[in-house]
Amino acid sequence: MDLISFLYENIVSNFEWQMLVMWAIGGILIYLAIKKDMEPTLLLPIGFGAILVNLPGVVNLITQNGKPLLDSFGNQQFDAGPLSTLFNAGISNELFPLILFIGIGAMIDFGPLLSNPKLMIFGAAAQFGIFFTFCLASIFFDVKDAASIGIIGAADGPTSIVVAQKLHSEYVGAIMVAAYSYMALVPIIQPPVIKLLTTRKERLIRMPYAPKSVSKLTKIIFPIAITCITGLVAPESVYLVGFLMFGNLIRECGVLNSLSDTAQNVLANLITIFLGITIASKMYYEQFLKIETLMILGLGLFAFIFDTAGGVIFAKLLNIFLPKGKKINPMIGAAGISAFPMSGRIVHKMGLKEDPQNFLLMHSMGVNVSGQIASVIAGGLILNFFL
Amino acid sequence: MDFMFEPMNFIKNLTYMGKGMLGILIVMGAIILVTVILNKVFSNKG
Repeated sequence: MDLISFLYENIVSNFEWQMLVMWAIGGILIYLAIKKDMEPTLLLPIGFGAILVNLPGVVNLITQNGKPLLDSFGNQQFDAGPLSTLFNAGISNELFPLILFIGIGAMIDFGPLLSNPKLMIFGAAAQFGIFFTFCLASIFFDVKDAASIGIIGAADGPTSIVVAQKLHSEYVGAIMVAAYSYMALVPIIQPPVIKLLTTRKERLIRMPYAPKSVSKLTKIIFPIAITCITGLVAPESVYLVGFLMFGNLIRECGVLNSLSDTAQNVLANLITIFLGITIASKMYYEQFLKIETLMILGLGLFAFIFDTAGGVIFAKLLNIFLPKGKKINPMIGAAGISAFPMSGRIVHKMGLKEDPQNFLLMHSMGVNVSGQIASVIAGGLILNFFL
Repeated sequence: MDFMFEPMNFIKNLTYMGKGMLGILIVMGAIILVTVILNKVFSNKG
């Protein structure tokens, strides 16, 4: 085969214009990751992978391209490419997101939350967007797909992956991309919603921070207790919380510092690299460029907006019953979405912008951490409803 | 493709929204309670 016919066969005959669209999407994700520093650990590999799988003639080499690996007799009929192998090994069985949870658990300091446990209620309120979006999505999608789309509002990539995979949603690729993209876009999505729902007077409310000391024993028992409570309420999904809390127990026990350090850094980074590039295997143009993908992206945005609104409105409702001087700055309700630590920082920055002496960081971070727990529990409840 | 347009599904599934939000508030309430108890029992003992 001469060079011209080789090029023709591999480039021209395999080329589709939709590939250009996917290259552009990949380019935008890489731009957001590098130039805007938005979730670069995930958006960069996803963006690169989106270009990789949409090169002419490449998809069959690195993925199965949607074809079953085994025939009806169980014989292998296609060679799985490296991305399919990674997908089957780590995402279709939920292994990667769960291992990532160990790393996330090891990163989280529950101290501020344990010293002011009342803040946890905002984490619950800010899951409103998940259930509201589920109801909206059920107008257009099958109930299991709608539940998988709603969970984008968990603002928690691993939970979205686990729920979508467990419910066998056919839109896993779009859901994963939406979940991670919107987490990166939290600094753009949340401030206008918060401003729209609060008055300047409310944004100026100061909340004194008087931390109570939390004993080491409490910090050790807390992750075990949370795992037990979740196991009793939502046994189908106890492993979601269990892996998160196992990571936290490694951190807090005080005798596994080396493991804690590995889980927070090496393990989390390694899994993140594989996760990002593997997600991209679901971004082949034939699977991705559909009207449903656009709808999922739109519904995912709704989920983030209504999560934010749920947290803020709940804080405003509480303020009706709280005495003067004990009022809550309703902005901290918005930090109840799981996007940690971006959401907590945004609320803190918004508070400083209104009043340079108003330090909401510890409150907003406490709420943000509770959102991490609540989003995993919400994922568990969704699985309990529809599995 | 399972694409459809069934506006009544929104109303029908509001029960899941109610159950879900109630469930999550109850679980988080239980976690708050446990945390308060842990703080009381183990304060100054760590």
